[in-house]
Amino acid sequence: MKTNIVTYAPNAPIWQAYRNDFSILDRDVNNKPLAYLDNAASSQKPNKVIKAIVDYYEQMNANVHRGVHTLSQLSTDAFEEARKTVQFFINASSEREIVFTKGTTNAINLVAYSFGRTEIHPGDEVLISALEHHSNIVPWQMICQDKGAKLKVLPINEQGELCLDQLPSLINKKTRIVAISHVSNSLGTINPIRQIIDMAHQQDIPVLIDGAQAVPHLSVDVQALDCDFYCFSGHKMLAPTGIGVLYGKDKWLNKLTPFEGGGEMIKSVGFEHTTYNDIPFKFEAGTPHIEGVLGLAKAIEYMLDIGLKSIKAREMYLYQLAYERLAAIPGFKMIGTAKEKAPVLSFLIDNLHPYDIGVLLDKQGVAVRTGHHCTQPVMHFFNIPGTIRASFSFYNNEDDILQLDAALQKAIKLLS
Amino acid sequence: MGKCINDIQDEIIEEFELFEDWMDKYEHIVEMGKKLPVIDPAMKTEDRLIDGCQSQVWLAAHLSDGKVFYTADSDAIITRGMVSLLIRVFSGHTPDEIANAELYMVDRIGLTSHLSPTRSNGLLSMIKRMKTYAKAHLT
Ligand SMILES: Cc1ncc(COP(=O)(O)O)c(C=O)c1O
Repeated sequence: MKTNIVTYAPNAPIWQAYRNDFSILDRDVNNKPLAYLDNAASSQKPNKVIKAIVDYYEQMNANVHRGVHTLSQLSTDAFEEARKTVQFFINASSEREIVFTKGTTNAINLVAYSFGRTEIHPGDEVLISALEHHSNIVPWQMICQDKGAKLKVLPINEQGELCLDQLPSLINKKTRIVAISHVSNSLGTINPIRQIIDMAHQQDIPVLIDGAQAVPHLSVDVQALDCDFYCFSGHKMLAPTGIGVLYGKDKWLNKLTPFEGGGEMIKSVGFEHTTYNDIPFKFEAGTPHIEGVLGLAKAIEYMLDIGLKSIKAREMYLYQLAYERLAAIPGFKMIGTAKEKAPVLSFLIDNLHPYDIGVLLDKQGVAVRTGHHCTQPVMHFFNIPGTIRASFSFYNNEDDILQLDAALQKAIKLLS
Repeated sequence: MGKCINDIQDEIIEEFELFEDWMDKYEHIVEMGKKLPVIDPAMKTEDRLIDGCQSQVWLAAHLSDGKVFYTADSDAIITRGMVSLLIRVFSGHTPDEIANAELYMVDRIGLTSHLSPTRSNGLLSMIKRMKTYAKAHLT
């Protein structure tokens, strides 16, 4: 990592230039400069993405896949071109494997429902992990309940890593699907999904990956991973809210029945019988979130222009810097000490309540997330009420980290 | 005859006017949180719990000589400070006074952001529960 420090130094003009693309970072919060360190909850959006949305409404707004008129064709072309962009971004083998959804939650629900309806039966099992976000727990719980199936959980260790050695004993003939996060949102652990996918595939069990926290930081290749489904949200990777992606292998998308019915997803409708459209359209009922899709494509182009490798190096540099500074604070305790980590720093200070720290950081312009981060089982495992989580993006800089450090010390002093 | 609810609110507003900076305000709240008497752990029962998303509050109330007295605790100190403010305002008044009180103080000392329903400290539920107890004991 150290070798990158010069190239990715925070004050290198190139990074300042990228930071300038995010106007919101110039604003004050509670009369203090904003240090936005809640990127794992949602990222900020570069001006180019905001402009793509405005341009869409000012220049080509029309429904897609419907009209022969010029605007409709323009918007349809842009929409389908965006699908191509997403395909290249995660290296899917065809754009037909890219389904636009409202987000990760929606994508997981789609699979849980559509897959569950035909593939899960009484007595079957679904395997998740103890690290999952609630949105990769509850949809499976719901379908298991409906189907009389059982939810199994791969445990974690004290470092917040999956106990991979227990996987063989948890996968068996009854397992229908494995659903695991690529990167943990509360601890930042990068899970060995390649190995998990291999092990599941040895028994012909499909694997869904919740990639919500991975796509902003890592380069993802769904073909190399060989996962069956991969889900992510736009809003965590510089794109607008309300747009996300479900990647599904062609064979699965063809096999599964639709999640929702309506316009767009049909070929022909009669009162006796309806035939469904081809993939991916069969999973995209109703008018889609067009400007969201265009914003997502712009966000991807923006990230690719910077370079995913550069982004990763820059973010791990910032993470390391923050870790070094905060670790020097008496009482600092990092929660989640996995070997492989994304730029997410979850911690506690002695017995101070994360909520108290969060409020006092906010008053000093520092935005972090506090609480259970929608992963209550993880908090139960560590027997803590929650954590303080600082999560980094390439557009953060050294000043943000210094501000966090100073604000945290002030909060601690006030609370102790 | 003790002070009436609005006198106490005005007193608190005046106290907070001394602070220019947010951090000073919160320092004051934290101090009050530290001073709030610790309650018997046996009182921290499920039925007294108000579950905010991030911090928990336990609230107990009893009637004595026609007046309501509240005690409370929280695992977060800022929340304890907020509760202590509320207790200072409401405790020792009649159910009627409490039920009819208009709580303008929170807004005036600039803590309204803590009152929105999505806010995670359960302050709003706390006020509601304090009032509900009073309403249930109206004479
Ligand atoms: C790991 C993980 N999975 C799923 C989600 C849910 O994403 P969304 O709310 O965008 O649907 C999140 C977002 O917090 C997440 O971090």
